[in-house]
Amino acid sequence: MTNMNMIQSLNSALDIMLDRDPDVIIFGEDVGYFGGVFRTTDGLQEKHGDHRVFDTPLSEGGIAATAFGMGLNGLRPIVEIQFADYIFPAYDQIVNEMAKIRHRSGGEFWSPVTLRTPAGGGIRGGHHHSQSPESQFTHTPGLKVVYCSTPYNAKGLLISSVESNDPVIFFEPKRCYRGPFYGDPHKVPTWSDHPEAEVPEGEYRIPLGQARMALEGSECTVISWGAMVHVCEQAIKDSGFSCDLIDLQTLVPWDKETVVGSIEKTGRCVIVHEAPKTSGFGAEMSASIQERCFYHLESPIVRVTGWDTPFPHTTEWDYMPGPTRIAAAIAQTQED
Amino acid sequence: MSSDGSKGSIRVPDAPFRPGEEASFDSWPWKPGDFSMPDPKTCEFKDTTELANGLVRVLDDDGVASGEWDPGLSAEELRNGLEHMVRLRIFDDRMMKMQRTGLLSFYMRSLGEEAVAIAQTMALQEQDWIFPTYRQPGAQFVRGRDMVSMICHCIGNEEDNIKGRQMPVHYSYREGRFISVSSPVGTQFSQAVGVALASSYKGLDEVTITWIGDGASAEGDYHYALNFASVFNAPVILNVVNNQWAISTHANFATGIGDFASRGLPYGLPSIRVDGNDFLALYSVTKWARERAASGAGATHIEVLTYRTGAHSSSDDPSRYRPGDEHTKWPGGDPVVRLKEHLINIGEWSEESHLELEEKIDSEVVEAYKEAVKFGDLANGPYPSADTIFTEVYEEVPWHLQEQHDEMMGGQS
Ligand SMILES: Cc1ncc(C[n+]2csc(CCOP(=O)(O)OP(=O)(O)O)c2C)c(N)n1
Ligand SMILES: [Mg+2]
Repeated sequence: MTNMNMIQSLNSALDIMLDRDPDVIIFGEDVGYFGGVFRTTDGLQEKHGDHRVFDTPLSEGGIAATAFGMGLNGLRPIVEIQFADYIFPAYDQIVNEMAKIRHRSGGEFWSPVTLRTPAGGGIRGGHHHSQSPESQFTHTPGLKVVYCSTPYNAKGLLISSVESNDPVIFFEPKRCYRGPFYGDPHKVPTWSDHPEAEVPEGEYRIPLGQARMALEGSECTVISWGAMVHVCEQAIKDSGFSCDLIDLQTLVPWDKETVVGSIEKTGRCVIVHEAPKTSGFGAEMSASIQERCFYHLESPIVRVTGWDTPFPHTTEWDYMPGPTRIAAAIAQTQED
Repeated sequence: MSSDGSKGSIRVPDAPFRPGEEASFDSWPWKPGDFSMPDPKTCEFKDTTELANGLVRVLDDDGVASGEWDPGLSAEELRNGLEHMVRLRIFDDRMMKMQRTGLLSFYMRSLGEEAVAIAQTMALQEQDWIFPTYRQPGAQFVRGRDMVSMICHCIGNEEDNIKGRQMPVHYSYREGRFISVSSPVGTQFSQAVGVALASSYKGLDEVTITWIGDGASAEGDYHYALNFASVFNAPVILNVVNNQWAISTHANFATGIGDFASRGLPYGLPSIRVDGNDFLALYSVTKWARERAASGAGATHIEVLTYRTGAHSSSDDPSRYRPGDEHTKWPGGDPVVRLKEHLINIGEWSEESHLELEEKIDSEVVEAYKEAVKFGDLANGPYPSADTIFTEVYEEVPWHLQEQHDEMMGGQS
């Protein structure tokens, strides 16, 4: 085990996959010589050669389409979209092509692309460096959607994503690259003494579709993913209630057993995400829980989310769900 | 099923020079006076093949202007252009200092590219539309924007006209017909064709100018723009600013042929490459394109050849991917120095007057900055009211946003 931040653990996963599988190839904007604007691919070109790790033209549509084609012809591309906000020029390729090829070809063709992309707010990125567009992809049958939250799960989930023969969108909470985020913008903790930053140097997998029980409790189930998992941890402490904290890790397909089991135990639920509320993945979770656990619910499910507005620059702390709002929501589920 | 990556390979380009290597550029084969100026109103794309593959220059290496493309600007206009460029450079330095001290979150300089937006905007009419990237804030000085309001935007304070919603340098200045900057690169390029066609539709004498980076020219939007502009004969000036770099990615990754101007030809657009550090050449080519657009002859595609002297942004460290002194080897030199030397050559400027100008502008910038931080800075606030998160999402605030607003404000309604 080594202490790693999330950049290092992702880098380690990529390095292992390049070593292990000659079909793995990595490309994207600034990922080659420079090693990525967040340094995630640092050193990989030097080690594995520029025909396996390389820069591309600045064209997300081109990156996704080329990766798709390579995948059709037997390669296993891992591409980086520099910010999730910039994935939309590739949207058609992802939604209409990558996601549907297996089905539309009667299983004759598939393309095992992994699209990694830094997402989420908390870095003063304003409208276009802060969004968390997971629900724009969870609504697309044929894609698996993964959202890591710690150095440990980042590596294990990334290896599973690359090995998946289905296309995977892999969201990385950029605010957590170098440390967990507990909702206080003035505190910038590192991963150095965090248990989830103890990462094996070798390979290991976290299966897609499996959630992580980050905290265990009895009075409420808090469900979240990405950076918000840590904010929820803080909020649960602040609230004084005993809660299960479920880090979903994979949004599609999500871990039915863990979620249902927890709700059946606690009877109360708060869902937290930083993306806007309307049609956010919280809506899907809430509806599914209601369908499956109605008779176990003791109080209405509460969602705490980003507002239904673009993500602001200066006032981002008024936008992102913080421990206060989340703790209040937990308390609300305990009324009557 | 598994392949052996060691047998074949993919041809991947590289930058000409990397850290630790000696940068050296061939000197340009093109001199001022090499190219004649076609009639902008009748010129067809075929007539611009040489202009696209060559380089329009007016100033030579000694600051002497010559050739048909010399716009014959008055000394006053030249001094005005120089003053704007000096202003932009000093302004950028101050903003970088503010960024480094936490008074604003992020910054992007125009260093080495000051002539681009300034000369090109000066060559337009005031009714013309400007559709910029983050690398053309200088156009606002030409259009008379108050510096205090620009700084307030960069801080994102109470006086920011866009209410702290976007990152710094994402200016919006409707009064100067300077359209809101967007982060996703390239989008403005094709939108500008729409702005231009609306002017055609309304029968107005308005031209639209827009820019895109060498890197962003790989986006679909670049190609949409050229095609739509050609098909609908739009009164638009389409500039590719080839400053050699897109963050760490060299322009060799943006096209397979290493140049940009000639890519307009197969779309049927007259295309010109111009020395982007030559104020006079830029002015002249832009004026030509404006005349062409205004006459109903359609769009012009221009490659502005320059060099990004500074880091991509305040988050970037170019020493990791290019030689630190590469910009000093650039054959185009420094646009401010070149215009200054030209003015000195023609007896309309001196080193002393230049120093005086720098001092004058330095105090102008310091004063503006002091004024701006009175309305708040990023470290200490005050910030725009949190209400501004909910306003102008739609023309009117719908009930669900009103509800969320009230929730944010602590339940009061
Ligand atoms: C669609 C999109 N993809 C990626 C980015 C991240 N990004 C911002 S600027 C930039 C490089 C742009 O280079 P270029 O177009 O040459 O313009 P320059 O910065 O040199 O003026 C990149 C990759 C972005 N803003 N938008
Ligand atoms: Mg560039």
